[in-house]
Amino acid sequence: MNVEQSAALNISAEEKKRLGKGERRIWKKNLFLPILDNNPIALQILGICSALAVTTNLKTSFVMSIAVIVVLCCSNVLISLIRSQIPSAIRIIVQMAVISSLVVVTDQVLKAYLFDISKQLSVFVGLIITNCIIMGRAEGYAMQNSPLRSFFDGLGNGIGYGIVLLMVGFVRELFGAGKLFGFQVLPLVSEGGWYQPNGLMLLSPSAFFLIGILIWILRVVKPDQNEAE
Amino acid sequence: MAGKESPRRILVTAFVLSIACSLFVSIAAVALAEAQDVNKLFDKQRNIATVSGLSEGVAMTVESLREIFTQIVPRAVDLDSGEILSDFDFENYDERSASRDPELSMKLSRSQDIASIKRREHVSLIYEVLGDAGDIQAVILPIRGYGLWSTLHGFLALEGDGKTILGITFFEHGETAGLGGEVDNPKWKSLWKGKSAYDDQGNIAISVIKGAAAPGANAIDGISGATLTARGVDNMIKFWLGELGFAKYIEKNFRS
Repeated sequence: MNVEQSAALNISAEEKKRLGKGERRIWKKNLFLPILDNNPIALQILGICSALAVTTNLKTSFVMSIAVIVVLCCSNVLISLIRSQIPSAIRIIVQMAVISSLVVVTDQVLKAYLFDISKQLSVFVGLIITNCIIMGRAEGYAMQNSPLRSFFDGLGNGIGYGIVLLMVGFVRELFGAGKLFGFQVLPLVSEGGWYQPNGLMLLSPSAFFLIGILIWILRVVKPDQNEAE
Repeated sequence: MAGKESPRRILVTAFVLSIACSLFVSIAAVALAEAQDVNKLFDKQRNIATVSGLSEGVAMTVESLREIFTQIVPRAVDLDSGEILSDFDFENYDERSASRDPELSMKLSRSQDIASIKRREHVSLIYEVLGDAGDIQAVILPIRGYGLWSTLHGFLALEGDGKTILGITFFEHGETAGLGGEVDNPKWKSLWKGKSAYDDQGNIAISVIKGAAAPGANAIDGISGATLTARGVDNMIKFWLGELGFAKYIEKNFRS
C-alpha cells in the first residue's frame, strides 16, 4: 500500500515501466504458480469434496470448473475492492456473504441456460460456497492485495482446481463408462463391444485413489512438495 | 483504525452488505425466472413426448413439442374413485405441493407405502394421447418413489388397451451416475416396451427382478450394481399400478 502510494506521487516514466514489469511478474506468478507448484487440490488438499462428487464425467467436471473459476475470480476482486472497508471483527462473515451471493447467482444462471447439466450437478454448485479454496483465497490473498493481483490469483487457483477436476473426470468417464464428453470411445460389452466398464470408477472412492495417485506423481516429479519429516 | 472497528461501523457495514447482496441475488433470480420456467416446462414436456413414443425420430425443439402436444391432453384423475374430473383448474394445481398438503393428500400407512413416498395426493395429473377419432391411444401416468438416495420422479406410459407398457422415463432423480443413474439408459428403458402391466384378471403382472429376466418373461432386468434403485423402481411401479394408484382409473376407463 505504502509503496504503491509513494510510487503514485513521484514517478518517472522509467520507474513506471519498471513497476509495471514487477506488477506483471506478480500477475504471472499468481496465475501460473497454483497450477503446478501450489495446486489447491494436489498440494493444499482443498476442495476435495466437490472433486469427488462431480467428476464422474467430463461435462460436469468442465462446467463445475468454469463455475468455480468465475466465482473465485469475482469473489477475489470484490473482496479486494472492499478490503479496506471491512471491519476485521466481521470479515469472515462479509467474505461468506459475498461468496454465497455469487454462488447462488451462478446456480441460477446454470439453471436458466444449462438446465441438463445443472440437474446433474444438483447441490454441488451450491456447495461451492463451502469450497475451502474460495474462502481460503479471499482470506489469505484478496484481503491484503489489489483487485488485479487478486483477480489473477483467483484465476490461477481456479484453473489449478479445474485441471485436476478434468484429469480425474477424464479417467473416471473413460474407464467407468467408456465415454469422453458423452461420446462412446470404448465399445461396451453390453452393446456388443469388448470393454467391460469398471463400476468402481463411477463411485466416489475412485476419485480419492486418482487424486492420491496424482499427488504421488506430482511429488515424485517435484520433491520439494513433500511435507517435512 | 478505531473508527473502522467501532460497533457502529460494524453494524453499518453488515447492513449495507446485506442489502447489496440480497438485491444482487433477487435481481438475478427475477431476471432468470422466466428462462428457468421455460426450461422446466420444456424438460417435462420432452419427457412426456419421449415416453409417449410420439417423438421418435423427431428433433426436440419448442416447435416440434408444441406440435406433439396438440395430441396430448392433460386430465385430472381422482385417485380414490378413478373418475376423471371435469372443469379442473390445471393452472393453479401443483402436484408436488399437493402431495405435501394435508387437505389435498392422504397419509400412507407403513404397509401401504411401498414406494416410500409418505403421502399421496388425491388428484393426479395424467396425459392422454388422442387419436384422430378422439380415441385414447395411450395414457401417460406420473410415478414416483424412493430408490437408493433419492425420490425418482417419472412417467409410465400404457397403450390404449390400458395394459401394454409403451415406455417409462424418469425426469428427476439423484441416483448414482453410471449405476442407479442407468435408469436413464435408453437401452434399459426400451426393455419395458411391450411388456404387460396387468394380466387378464387385472392383477399387476410386471416386476423388476434381480439379474437378467428370461427371454419372453414378463419381467425387467435389474441393473447390475444398482439393486436398491431397481427395487425402488419395482416398488413404485407396484404402488402406482395398484389400488392406491391408478388401478381404479384404468379399470373404469379401459376395462369395461
